[in-house]
Parts: sequence; C-alpha cells; structure tokens
Amino acid sequence: MKQNEVFQLLAFFGLLVALAPLLGAYMARVFDGQPRKLERLIYRLGGVRADEEMSWKRYFAAVLLFNVVGIVTLMAIEMTQAWLPFNPQHLPNVPWALALNTAISFITNTNWQAYSGENTMSYFTQMAGLAVHNFLSAATGIAVLLALARGLKRASAQSLGSFWVDLTRATLYVLLPLSLVLSVILVSQGVVQNLAPYRTVKTLEGAEQVIPGGPAASQVAIKQLGTNGGGFFGQNSAHPFENPTPLSNFVEMFGLLIVAASLVYAFGLLVGDKRHAWCLFGVMLVLLVGSFAVAWWAESQSAGNMEGKEQRFGVMNSVLFAVATTGTSCGAVNAMHDSFTPLAGLMPMWNMMLGCIAFGGVGAGLYGMMMHVLLTVFIAGLMVGRTPEYLGKKIQAWEATWAVVAILIPNFLILIGSAVACSVATGLAGLNNAGPHGLSEIFYAYASASNNNGSAFAGLNVNTYFYNLTLGGAMFLGRFGVILAVLAIAGHLAAKKTVPASPGTFPTNGLTFACVLFGVIIIIGALTFFPALCLGPIVEHGLMLTGRNF
Amino acid sequence: MKLLIQSILLTVIFTIITGILYPLAITGIAQVAFPRQANGDVTLLAQKFTGDKYFWPRPSACDYATVPSGASNLGPTSAALQSNVAARVALLGTNAPADMLYASGSGLDPHISPEAARFQVKRVAAARTAEVAKVSALVERFIEPLQWGFLGEPRVNVLKLNLALDQQESGGHHEDQARH
Repeated sequence: MKQNEVFQLLAFFGLLVALAPLLGAYMARVFDGQPRKLERLIYRLGGVRADEEMSWKRYFAAVLLFNVVGIVTLMAIEMTQAWLPFNPQHLPNVPWALALNTAISFITNTNWQAYSGENTMSYFTQMAGLAVHNFLSAATGIAVLLALARGLKRASAQSLGSFWVDLTRATLYVLLPLSLVLSVILVSQGVVQNLAPYRTVKTLEGAEQVIPGGPAASQVAIKQLGTNGGGFFGQNSAHPFENPTPLSNFVEMFGLLIVAASLVYAFGLLVGDKRHAWCLFGVMLVLLVGSFAVAWWAESQSAGNMEGKEQRFGVMNSVLFAVATTGTSCGAVNAMHDSFTPLAGLMPMWNMMLGCIAFGGVGAGLYGMMMHVLLTVFIAGLMVGRTPEYLGKKIQAWEATWAVVAILIPNFLILIGSAVACSVATGLAGLNNAGPHGLSEIFYAYASASNNNGSAFAGLNVNTYFYNLTLGGAMFLGRFGVILAVLAIAGHLAAKKTVPASPGTFPTNGLTFACVLFGVIIIIGALTFFPALCLGPIVEHGLMLTGRNF
Repeated sequence: MKLLIQSILLTVIFTIITGILYPLAITGIAQVAFPRQANGDVTLLAQKFTGDKYFWPRPSACDYATVPSGASNLGPTSAALQSNVAARVALLGTNAPADMLYASGSGLDPHISPEAARFQVKRVAAARTAEVAKVSALVERFIEPLQWGFLGEPRVNVLKLNLALDQQESGGHHEDQARH
C-alpha cells in the first residue's frame, strides 16, 4: 500500500460522503417542487398534465409502455442506421438479434454489449439511440424510487405521483446538468467528441493506423452518471479515448457513484428520516469498501496482475473501478475483469449477486436495498412476535411476499440461466477460458444481465442467438419483474394509515438495525450463491495456488 | 391508449433534447475549447513498434488494431496466457517488468512504466549507436508523474518518447513540439 494510493482512496470516499448530502438535498427539492418553465413546455408538448396522479398499476403501466416504446424505437434506429445521417463509416444495419439484445440492454439500464461500438454502431445510433436511453433508463430508476418514497410517506392514499413528471425532472434537473459538466471535463482530458469520419495516420515505423472518433464524451458522461456503463468504444473505460488520464478515471469512478449515493440522502429527506438514510448509506459503504479490500488484496499478490490493465491506472484504480461499477449497476470497466485473479474476480460477481445495492444503480440500487430493508424489519418483527412497522407503516404478509419475490427474481434468473447455458452446446461454445474459469464466465454473464449491471467477463463470445436472446430475457425480467414488485408494495403502503411509533417499534435508524440489515443481505447472498461460487472462482483460486493451468 | 401516446411523444421530445441537442452542444463546446483532444490525440493510442531503435509499448492482444481494439480476456489459470507470457520472457529476458509481459486492457495502452522504459534503454541506445547516458536522460525527462501529485501511476508515453528520440538524433530541434 503506497502513500499516494491511500491518499487517493481517502480523497475518493471523503468527497463522496461530503457531496452526497449536498446533491441529495438539491434532488429532494427539485423532485417535490412546482413545475418550472421548460418542464411545463415538455408537459404541454407531451400531452401530460402535471397534477394528474397515477395509481400503482397505472404507474407501472406507464413505466412498461414507455420502455417498450423505447425498445421498439431503439431497435428501429439500429436496424436502419445505414440509411440514417451521421454514419460517416457507412456501417451496415445491425442484425435483429443483436439489435434486440442491445435495445433491451440499454432500456433496462444494463448496457450489456455484445458488440464493439467503433465497428458496429453509427454516430447517430450512439447519440440519438443509445445515449438517449442512458438518460431515460436512469430517470426511470429514479422515478420508481420516488414512487416508493411516496408510498411510504403518504397515508390512506390511492396514488404514487406521476411517472411522466418524475421522469422529466430526473432527466432535466439531475442527469442533464451533471452530464454537461462531466463531459466537458472529460474532453479536456482527451476523450474524443467529434462527428468526423475516422482518419488514417502514418505510424513512426511507416504503417497505417486508423484513429476512431465520434461523439464519445457526451455519452461517456451519462454512461457513468446514470450507472449505465455501455462503452462508446468496445474496450469501454480502458480505451484511451474513453478514459485517457488518471483524473478522467477519478471523475468517471466518482460519477458512477455520486448520483446513487445522493439519492439515499434525498430519500431520507423525502420520507422524513435522515438518520435512517445515513444507516442505509453506512451499510452500502461497508459493502462497497469491504469488497474493495478483498479484491485489492487478492489482485496485489505477487507482483500485481497487469494482464488486461492499463499502466496509467495500475492495480489499485482498476480494482476500485471494478467494485464501484458492480456495487452500482454501472458495468463500465477500466480493466478486463476476466483477467483478474480468481478472488478479485469473485468480488465484482458477489456485488452483482447481492443485487447491485452498494450504492446501486441510480434509483434501482436503493429500491433494491428497500426490499432487503422490508425483509429485515419483517424478520425482526417475527423475532419479537409483533407486527413490524417501517417508517410508520405496518409491514404485513403482502409486503414481505413481494419483497421476497423482488429479491428472488434476479437470483433465480442467474442460477437457472447459468445452468441452462452450461448444459447446451451453444452455451459452452462461447467460452474463452477453460476449467473453473469458464464456469465463472457464464456465471458472471447471467449475474450481470439479471441485475442490470452490464459488465462482463468479456472473453465469453455472447453475440450468438443463444446468448443474445437468453441474456436479453434475463435483463428484461430482472428489470421489470423487480419494478412490478416495488410498485405493488408502494401502492399497498400508500393505502395504509400511518401508525405512531410505540416502545415496541424496532427503530430503523440505529446501529442495531444497520447490523441486522447487513446480516440479512450477506446471508441471503451466501445461501443462494456460495455453492455455485465454490465451483467457479473459489476452486480456481485453489488450483491457481497449486499451479494448475487449463 | 393515452399512456401510449404520451410515451411516444415524450420519447420523441427526450430524443431531441438528450440525443440531438445535448451531444451537438457538447461537440460545439469541445471543438472550440479543446479541438486537439476532441478530434483524437494520436499520442493516446499505442502504435506498433518492432524495430530495436524504438521503445516498445506494452503487448497488445489485438496486435494494436484500433477498429475495434481488444484484450486477451485470459484468466490467471489459462494455459494460453502462460504460453503468451513465456514467449515474451523469451524475447525480453526474465527480468522484464510485469507491464511488458502482460497485455493491456485496451490493447492500445500508450504508456509503459518507468521501469519498462529504463529496461529498454540499452537496446535502443545500441541500435542507434547513441550514448546510453543520453537516451537514459531522455527517458527520465519523459516520466510523467502522478497527476495532481497523487492520482494514477507514474508512466512514460511511448510515442512521445520515440518522437523525441528521433528529433534528438536529427539535431535536437523542435523537441517541445513533439511533446505537445
């Protein structure tokens, strides 16, 4: 551990803890205020009445319809890009299976990529297709979180707010301004931003080298801030044109955490319990820092593993990026996770299996965490034999059932998906590594898709009908299955009366609560995945120590 | 039906705002304020060097191809990785620094570690029949320190170093231009 590394870590986490309350307070204000001018114009053009509230079923219908329209339009753009403007490389139309996979992937905030942008997607597809859904999928996550917060806050109410208003405000007041700032910082460091055709230069030894281009910075900014993670270039944030300097790396890592972290504080303000928010913040931070510590230790053994890493980032910044991108549902990478040592590769996988809840995808991480919270208070209630309450709402069988459904959907998709892929020839044909590492590649892919992360053990060849379709299905069900459960819970909570806290109430803003919550998360994750992890990275670690190769 | 119409209209509106206006505005700002960076700084992408008179960049799993570039994605228990590394050890020697033995993540890493640059000084000086001390001094000058004093890792940009080498040999003019 070098001195400058410690300093980087302190600066990074210190800044996160310091800025999250500021940005969170700002968010809580804009999400709840009166419509402003530009916002009103959008409502008028979109045929939306800002004061028209939605029941939980209508809210879900709006989320689903809006996203299905997104999938259709995005697929249409991809499959007709050859005839659309801003295609100086004359890239052909994207084949349907890849177009479908990519559309679902970007709509669900996953940004799983079975392609490399520089030889597949035109500038128009990247800008007006993919980048747009980087914004809208992130805003959808925030909107669902806001609906859940209203469900907790309101009493005897039938509605959860308006999805259109939440979507518009999240985009206009949070994601867009932050992206403007971040993209200019990124360009100053060397991230490309142009609309010109690729150019060819002569190398010093006389060969020809093609210099790719495109509107990358504007997309990279929202890819980080919206915890989307879909690279403009195939090698994502390892590519020097997408992440050229240690400073650009620092702001990209910070960008992928700050919105999700601030939302925790904003949530605390919206439900009126700041101490509870800090409890959640603390649990998330411990999960994140814990996985970082293990991964850093593993990756620093012997001289440090440089395969798949960039010299300007080194081991520490590669590992920090890896755990941050999987603790959130970002999925951008600045080093190849496939080449990590087994235990260092296990940690990103573990973060995803817990559901990407530290600090999670924007919105999605916190509503995912809420499901664990509901389960925690329910279990605590069972222990003392009274009906549990959470923020003044009685948590009963209905809420507990849906919370378990929300937690189990991704877990089910991961285990069943991996099992199927391991048992069919088309699944095994894509492997890049043999032995237990091969199982890890498949396991990682379904963990990533089901939890809408999008990072990969990228050696696995996934641009096949089998993977495009099964992973596409996992992304869709992992996203909208969980959203359905969250909104159902929100709707039922809103309809309940608020009961005042009594001496028998389990306080959800102290250390006891934080510890029990932490325990519940770890136990659910370990019970579900430990057997499978033993067959992958854990046994690989043992074999690596004995010098076995495959 | 109303929800569907609203969905379509808002998709169109946000496509115009975040998909057209926003990227074009950033392109405008970038082209005015940072034209060199925005159009792709060639020193950020590794070039392939094989001759002894130049410093070599890190190994590239995609042989320095740019459209697209790529990594090996081989894990530490991969026999293929072990044989790749063994071939590099055979070429460079057993005491070569780790970053010269392991392929980069982008396949286009423009940098090597200061140790990897110092490691190559003798070979480059011999091929150019230049003084080792002179080449060595140039390497030390091209070591980029931690950004802002604490960020990232120390490194040497291989292309900038090689440009400076050529210029030094041809009389030492315009060296500063090559660096920028």
